[in-house]
Amino acid sequence: MSAPGIWQFCSRLLRRQLLLAVRRPIDIANPLLFFAMVVALFPLGLGPEPEKLAGFAPGVLWITALLSHLLTSDSVFRSDFDDGSLEQLLLAPQPLYLSALAYIGAHWLTTGLLLAVVSPLFALMLNLPVAALGVLVASLLLGTAVLSLLGAIGAALTVGLKRGGMLISLLILPLYMPVLIFGSAAVQAAVSGNPTGPYLAILGALLCLAIALAPLAAAAGLRISIDA
Amino acid sequence: MSTNTAGTLLLAAKSLCLERGGRELFRDLSLEVHGGQLWQIEGPNGAGKTSLIRILCGLARYGYTGQVQRPVPQLYVGHHPAVKALLTPRENLAWHASGAGLYTDAQIESALARVGLYGYEDVPSHTLSAGQHRRVNLARLFLSSAPVWLLDEPFTAIDKSGIDELQSLLAAHVAAGGAVVMTSHHTLRVDFEVRFLHLAGSVT
Repeated sequence: MSAPGIWQFCSRLLRRQLLLAVRRPIDIANPLLFFAMVVALFPLGLGPEPEKLAGFAPGVLWITALLSHLLTSDSVFRSDFDDGSLEQLLLAPQPLYLSALAYIGAHWLTTGLLLAVVSPLFALMLNLPVAALGVLVASLLLGTAVLSLLGAIGAALTVGLKRGGMLISLLILPLYMPVLIFGSAAVQAAVSGNPTGPYLAILGALLCLAIALAPLAAAAGLRISIDA
Repeated sequence: MSTNTAGTLLLAAKSLCLERGGRELFRDLSLEVHGGQLWQIEGPNGAGKTSLIRILCGLARYGYTGQVQRPVPQLYVGHHPAVKALLTPRENLAWHASGAGLYTDAQIESALARVGLYGYEDVPSHTLSAGQHRRVNLARLFLSSAPVWLLDEPFTAIDKSGIDELQSLLAAHVAAGGAVVMTSHHTLRVDFEVRFLHLAGSVT
């Protein structure tokens, strides 16, 4: 019996988290339903003129995606904390940085990726020009990955609290701001025909920074939460 | 289980002090666990048994003074069963978060059979009882190759035959040169010397 290697262990964790998510499909559907509901409310509140909606669409889509994502960020480590799996994870000989990254990866695959994939549908509901759809998906793919990584820091810090929902929003919303600014700016640039490369590049840079640092912070947060 | 660890130092704690809520739970506690020993930590509720186990396994990192040396891999079984309700017992063991060994299906099946869960390998764990969850967790002991076992109340929610089975497993592990540190109020019936560590605000 040999201990699994680092990558083997990470892929095992990733598979485990994905299977758990698939067995609770309502948790996967929740953020998507929230996205659909909020987007459906905007034409009622702002009026149904297509031109007006198209003007607001980049910001509306990005804000809604961010909020749907925020809804789920609390749950990354929650059930593992409740049933004691997290204690075992912290004692595992494999580096916690990569284990945390596996958890975050599974979370992104079941929230951010799906939000990005379905976003063109909602974008058409808001009359976003078809030319901007590609940039919307790309910016959401990059942006929600950053959101997942940042959200995991808040989730790790608040996992020991019974009701950490509001606290986690306060902790991580300020960190979400740059992603929102550059994400919606990329879509706005695509709508008005300006180059979108710089915005996507900045989102990519944010993602690199978050991959390097966020799992470290999340791992430290988990150690503190388990110890408390 | 490796057989060459009998008599070697497997876990050492030096001058541990712990204070909780203004009360000193233990002071200057030193402990050397060698292969082939079984330590039972005793004491009334709130005496710091669980805190001590968590310090020994490395979950508690702050709030105490002293050093712990862990030269060999450990296996920790805590109060929580660490069993995912949405996974089957087989998946729970094969993908366990503790990052221990790679097990074959046959190994997992025999471990589950030995904790009395034969036939339950592939049912979702949420259909199992609390005691069966504990048993899934204890199946890790049959699979483990870690020389040191740190067990926090391993007999909780286990029925009589399960307790007998577990006692003989602990005896076999100790006989093979491993070491066990456990908290329990249960009087162990084993045919070798059990070392006691009594926590009662002051250490004897």
